[in-house]
Amino acid sequence: MSDIAKNSADLQGKTIGGLPIDRLAHLILIREIEDFLYTEMDVLDNREFERWLEFFSDDLRYWMPMRKNLAFRDHHHDITGPDDAAWIDDDKNILTKRVKQILTGIHWAEEPLSRVSHIITNVRIDRSITALAEGEEVEVKSGFLVHRNRLETETDFLAGRRIDILRRSGDSFLIAKRTIVIDQSVLLAKNLTFFF
Amino acid sequence: MNARVKLVDRQAGIVSREIYVSEELYQKERERVFGKAWLYIGHESQIPDSGDFILSRMGEESVIMTRARTGEVQVMLNSCRHRGMRVCRYDEGHTEKFYCPYHGWSYNLDGSLAHVTEYEREYKEQGFDHSQWGLIKAKVAVVRGTVWATWDPDGDFDSYLGGARQLLELSFVGWDGEGAVEVVGSTQKWQIPSNWKIVAENFAGDMLHVVSHRSVDIVGIGPNTESGRRDASHTAQYVQAGYAEGHASVVGFYNDTDPRRDYSASKITAEYFQDCYAKRKRVLGDQALISPAVGTIFPNMSFHGNQPRTILVAHPVSVDKTEMWRQYFVDRDAPREVKDFLRKYYLRYSGPAGLTEQDDMENWNYATNASKGFMARQFPYNYAAGIGNETTTNRLPGATVEVNGQGELHGRSMYGKWAEFMGEADHV
Ligand code: FES
Ligand SMILES: [Fe+2]
Repeated sequence: MSDIAKNSADLQGKTIGGLPIDRLAHLILIREIEDFLYTEMDVLDNREFERWLEFFSDDLRYWMPMRKNLAFRDHHHDITGPDDAAWIDDDKNILTKRVKQILTGIHWAEEPLSRVSHIITNVRIDRSITALAEGEEVEVKSGFLVHRNRLETETDFLAGRRIDILRRSGDSFLIAKRTIVIDQSVLLAKNLTFFF
Repeated sequence: MNARVKLVDRQAGIVSREIYVSEELYQKERERVFGKAWLYIGHESQIPDSGDFILSRMGEESVIMTRARTGEVQVMLNSCRHRGMRVCRYDEGHTEKFYCPYHGWSYNLDGSLAHVTEYEREYKEQGFDHSQWGLIKAKVAVVRGTVWATWDPDGDFDSYLGGARQLLELSFVGWDGEGAVEVVGSTQKWQIPSNWKIVAENFAGDMLHVVSHRSVDIVGIGPNTESGRRDASHTAQYVQAGYAEGHASVVGFYNDTDPRRDYSASKITAEYFQDCYAKRKRVLGDQALISPAVGTIFPNMSFHGNQPRTILVAHPVSVDKTEMWRQYFVDRDAPREVKDFLRKYYLRYSGPAGLTEQDDMENWNYATNASKGFMARQFPYNYAAGIGNETTTNRLPGATVEVNGQGELHGRSMYGKWAEFMGEADHV
């Protein structure tokens, strides 16, 4: 039995302030995940792009599918599939190139840099786990509101949801997969030079 | 606007900024260009079976492309004849009929009127004629699966394309020179704050905007992701081709003695292309060495014919807003790994998140924006590069050719035709 499994077995039946202790451990794990995701967005909004890349695993898939207008009977399929065209379908190498492109100082679409803020909310995990063992993964859902303002008057608001696969790595996590689902079929931003 | 001002001087390579910023000219374009020209609608692979449909656009207007019971491709205006409601609001799907959600008229896959609400009580006795009230249908033509339509009942696609048919034939046939291509999944659609012509003109063959893409060339997103945007494993001579019909392209002539070693980063993809090149030479002969790199079929269908292989339509939304529709193409019968390798390469190249296309859109945005002002619009744009260098080649019948490949023949061709469409030719 792993240490973590043993610990959670020890916690069975105990309570703090009336809350079962394994329920508390679950909430603390969510809080730890939230803190990780908020830190990540802070780093991004501070334009520490190279540091931001360190939040992702080397086997990353960073995927932003498109949305379609479909009849109600098909509405569960209104997100483009893994073999379809997408807005973005990157591995770590290409995501790194996006960052390097900005750092050239001649990536005109981000020169000068846009001002971007990420509001991350509705952070949830579906499993009632109390801890993650090293290398173990969990699916984390979150909502986002991204505001981008560029040059004088260009402004974009994009809202949607993310589904991340987080992998325990030491006392932190790595994002192994990020799926970004926006609430637009025709994209109303002229480009996607910013990140999610 | 002073009517005596030349909007387009093809000979001198001078084009008035009015054509990008004037609301009055934009209103005329809706009728004179988009009401008459042949427009790209979609690809047959999007509607393989009878009953399949997609939505598309002709200029600002929504149209439905269907495959009717007969198997024929049909294109019709997406507006009910009763009171104008859009009869289809799904991007794609499969249906027997289109049901109008307003009062319930319905239409067949070929656009004919199927049912009129209260027909028996309110229409029958007056002799209502269903055949007069079908959806408005466009004339359709197909080349290598690419579907085109026009509102002009006299439109003849062969003469409209002229020699540029060769570009479509070479770009949208399978790599083996005879197979079919298909669209990868769905169409990317996004809006940009630019006049549509700046987009179409750029893809017609602007070879001078290398500086726009310096950053992506430095980081490298080509098939082998080492440097640049494309494979450089073969040598080719690139020429600009301009057609009197308004189309233009940059076309590569490959060196016959060079081995083609494209897509070396993926073994299975590299082998697939090796096989295909060998077959292509058998099927197409000398034509196999001709490769349209990029081009525009007048007015607003642009394409890349090789790396990447894609179609971009710059649909006008208003004088300073354009809706971009981009599709990516792979060989229908290629192995799944090849399709996936190409799909990922295409997506990092083009579209709103494409490392290449992003920088184009910044330039088009602020070129449109900075051309609107009272002072700015009085001074024309310059398309003079390469005037006097034009010649012809028997490899591209019907084309005027600029052999250095760095001129602005593309703009002079496109805007010369635009002026004709607009009835401004007497000022040219
Ligand atoms: S508008 Fe379509 S039935 Fe009335
Ligand atoms: Fe470009």
